[in-house]
Amino acid sequence: MNLLLLIGAPLLTAVAVLFSRNKQQVKWISLLGSIIQIILAFALLFAFRQERAENNSAQMLFEQNHKLFDSLNINFHFGVDGISVAMILLTSLVVVAGVLVSWNIEKMTKEFYFLLLLLGLGAYGFFISLDLFILFFFLEISVIPKYLLIGIWGSGKKEYSANKLALMLMGGSALILVGMLGLYFTAGHSFDILALSKIDIPVYIQNLLFPLLFVGFGVFTALFPLHTWVPDGHSSAPTAGSMFLAGISMKLGGYGCLRIATYLLPEGAKEYADIIIILSAIAILYGAFATMMQKDLKYINAYSSVSHVGFSLLGIGMLTQTAITGALMQMVSHGLMTALFFAVIGMVYDRTHTRMVGEMGGLMKVMPFISTVFFIVGLCSLGLPGFSGFVAEMTVFMGSWENADAFHRIATIAAAMSIVVTAVYILRATGQTMMGPIKNESHLQLKDAAWNEKLAAIILVAGILAIGIAPGWLNDLLRPAAEEIMNRIDGK
Amino acid sequence: MNEFFTLMKSELVVTAIIFLLLFIKIGKGMKNESLLSLVQVLLLLNFIAGFFFNKTGNLFGDMFYTTPLIAFQKNILSLAVYLISLLCSDWLKKTGHLPEFFMLMLSALLGMFLMISSSNLLIFYLSLELATIPVAAMANFDLEKKRSSEGAMKMILSSAFSSGILLFGISLLYGATGTISFPEITAQLDGSSVQILAFIFIVTAFAFKLSIVPFHLWTADVYEGSPMAVTSFLSVVSKGSVAFIFITVLYKMFQPMQDMWYTLLVILAIATMVTGNLFALRQQNIKRFLAFSSIAQVGFILVGISSNDYMGITAVVYFILIYVFSNLAAFGVATVIAERTGKENIDDYKGLYKTNPFLSWILALALFSLAGVPPTAGFFGKLFLLTAGGAKAAYWFILVAALNMIISLYYYLRVVRAMFMDKNDNPVEPIKVSPVVKLALIICGAGIIMIGLLSWIFEYIKTLH
Repeated sequence: MNLLLLIGAPLLTAVAVLFSRNKQQVKWISLLGSIIQIILAFALLFAFRQERAENNSAQMLFEQNHKLFDSLNINFHFGVDGISVAMILLTSLVVVAGVLVSWNIEKMTKEFYFLLLLLGLGAYGFFISLDLFILFFFLEISVIPKYLLIGIWGSGKKEYSANKLALMLMGGSALILVGMLGLYFTAGHSFDILALSKIDIPVYIQNLLFPLLFVGFGVFTALFPLHTWVPDGHSSAPTAGSMFLAGISMKLGGYGCLRIATYLLPEGAKEYADIIIILSAIAILYGAFATMMQKDLKYINAYSSVSHVGFSLLGIGMLTQTAITGALMQMVSHGLMTALFFAVIGMVYDRTHTRMVGEMGGLMKVMPFISTVFFIVGLCSLGLPGFSGFVAEMTVFMGSWENADAFHRIATIAAAMSIVVTAVYILRATGQTMMGPIKNESHLQLKDAAWNEKLAAIILVAGILAIGIAPGWLNDLLRPAAEEIMNRIDGK
Repeated sequence: MNEFFTLMKSELVVTAIIFLLLFIKIGKGMKNESLLSLVQVLLLLNFIAGFFFNKTGNLFGDMFYTTPLIAFQKNILSLAVYLISLLCSDWLKKTGHLPEFFMLMLSALLGMFLMISSSNLLIFYLSLELATIPVAAMANFDLEKKRSSEGAMKMILSSAFSSGILLFGISLLYGATGTISFPEITAQLDGSSVQILAFIFIVTAFAFKLSIVPFHLWTADVYEGSPMAVTSFLSVVSKGSVAFIFITVLYKMFQPMQDMWYTLLVILAIATMVTGNLFALRQQNIKRFLAFSSIAQVGFILVGISSNDYMGITAVVYFILIYVFSNLAAFGVATVIAERTGKENIDDYKGLYKTNPFLSWILALALFSLAGVPPTAGFFGKLFLLTAGGAKAAYWFILVAALNMIISLYYYLRVVRAMFMDKNDNPVEPIKVSPVVKLALIICGAGIIMIGLLSWIFEYIKTLH
């Protein structure tokens, strides 16, 4: 399969949106484009499984290499392994859901969909790049669309949030840039990830560059204490913007932490693993407790995202194969779950015009579909078996437990305790909004989800259930790739 | 004789245009509009002609030399002048002295061409003066505005001062080495204290012209006072040409002193980036804003220059090519708005997107490119400068530069935010952009998007060396 299709499809869609005449055209072209992306993502999944079934054990499949800046040794080098395939699948699902959820946007529709598609394009490009420079290029492409999406279509203190997000992410990029150039010169002028993974980088350089790269990517994925853009950004963003931010963009950071920082600089990772574990354990607990205090549904999900993403970073910090597999599963699971959560919150907000938990109640009676989805996503969030959250978190804990010393055990137990807190805030939020008597009489007239919202929710719920009920296929995708990373960490 | 014509062809073409304008002025004269179209066509031909017959060679006993790379640098400047003539056509049509304006501008351009090609301190100094004095006259072109004369006065004083410093440095250098030819000076350099003193004076003169901190104080006032056409000429063409010859002087003439100038460049680059950025944060006037942002950009150029190899030259030339498009696009939009409404403050840009989406998008693209955000070309330009500067493994230096990119993003986003997000009860009314200006803005926009992705341009510059 030609990976350039994954960049070409969103790009063509975005250009077509620019040239379309009216709002209807814009919407239908975007929907068509995102459906094509889903088809491509599934085609990629099946082609990938086919190749692996035929014992093609190359680390990266469907590789292609086109010269770009030859004298600097910068190439369009693309290829995918299991991790990339899983991430691309996640991206395509969130993109189509985001397009569907934004169906009723009235203000500057064309620009909105253009930026949305550009954001998706950046993510696809990022996940298939095997050249650091190109990867960085795609990472940065997504910053400006995020800024504009929040600033123009957002709510609340949107300008402040947009600025904060853009500047913090740019700060992360600056660190990544320095780390990237460090790798480039150490490796004798190469940005190629596969080439970089073959060479032995002196330990002192690894110790120097690892913090730069890990913290740089960490900003994107809400590494404590650099998570502060998350609550503001998410709460101010329009629904689809939040979904993309939490569902896709935060995963770019996690992927980078693993694929670039940890994989290319294993000695650095070992050196700093304890700090990562401490920080992510704090993030998990702090996020969970902070969520308990929130009254606004978007803030609830934003802080719980900080907590949930902490599990990914914890898994990476544990440096065992199972934990890393779990971390990756958590990224996919959290991407689907949080996108769905924001979608549902958006649906509720569109109807009730409030996001305050205290002002709602008994919504189950007037909008059963939305409330059911709300329940599902809540249960997934608190890690109920049968949903993706359980599988992912369980794998992280099992992997973490493989480290037998007291420090790792304590960190694991601390992280596991957060599940109780999660149960408290999820059940409380769901109970207060969906159950009980209707507090506001005007809510009686509200309508249930429209076709586009139902479709978006069903797509994401299907993803969550597919992982929760039959996690085998995802495990098959991720485990060999995690093994590859562990091999380099163990120096095999 | 044949060699004379091929090697000096860019200078000869520009001279021919100047004389043509002179004859038109002396003779019957022409209507402003037709004259402007004629000049635009001639400048376009001048730009196209720059691609042909580019050879390497010396003239006048090694005083003048040219290579394909130098021809390319001259061509970047020609392109910039052509774009300025398009972008500012509204203002130019109204001015009463159109032939004189272009005569001055092209004389300055001629001076820059000679300066880039010079291989001798004497011709370098003469051409530098030729490149500076007409610009001061141009800065005074808004005759009825007091600000304009004030800017011109500041410009001429600071140039005279820097010329004095340059001459002092040159005389010291001549005293220490007994020659004024670049290659012969290089052979004589041994790092004696007189030579170091001469070196410092010469770099100071360059710092004045490039507005490197702490010699930047004239920049904002002159930019603010001058007509837009002159401001964009100053910020793009002047800066670019001096940066080119600065590279030649450092890499060729002062090569034996490279350890010394590397340290100096690092200090100057950091000071320039930080100061330019911090001052840009609080500017209200769009011209002053762009003045400080261009000071910060010079800091980044210095990062690239510090690398001292082919990569550095290529990255700087490539960056300046991109800078021409980005900065001219920004100035172009500011010109259109200032010309029609007289509004020059960033607050006046609030709500611009509602009324003028085309201008807003072009300005946003230009600012993103200046900030170095992909997919614009500025991203590639900045990154290659940093890559060049990082070759000496001074990662902290790159880190400082990268952090400066964040500060610059903050103030560029301020303008974007004003245009796209802020509400305004009294926004700029919808402006009908004239076709010529629109064409120029589209060329700039296309350049900003395409140059980065068309990697062969970078490779082409690399092969020229």
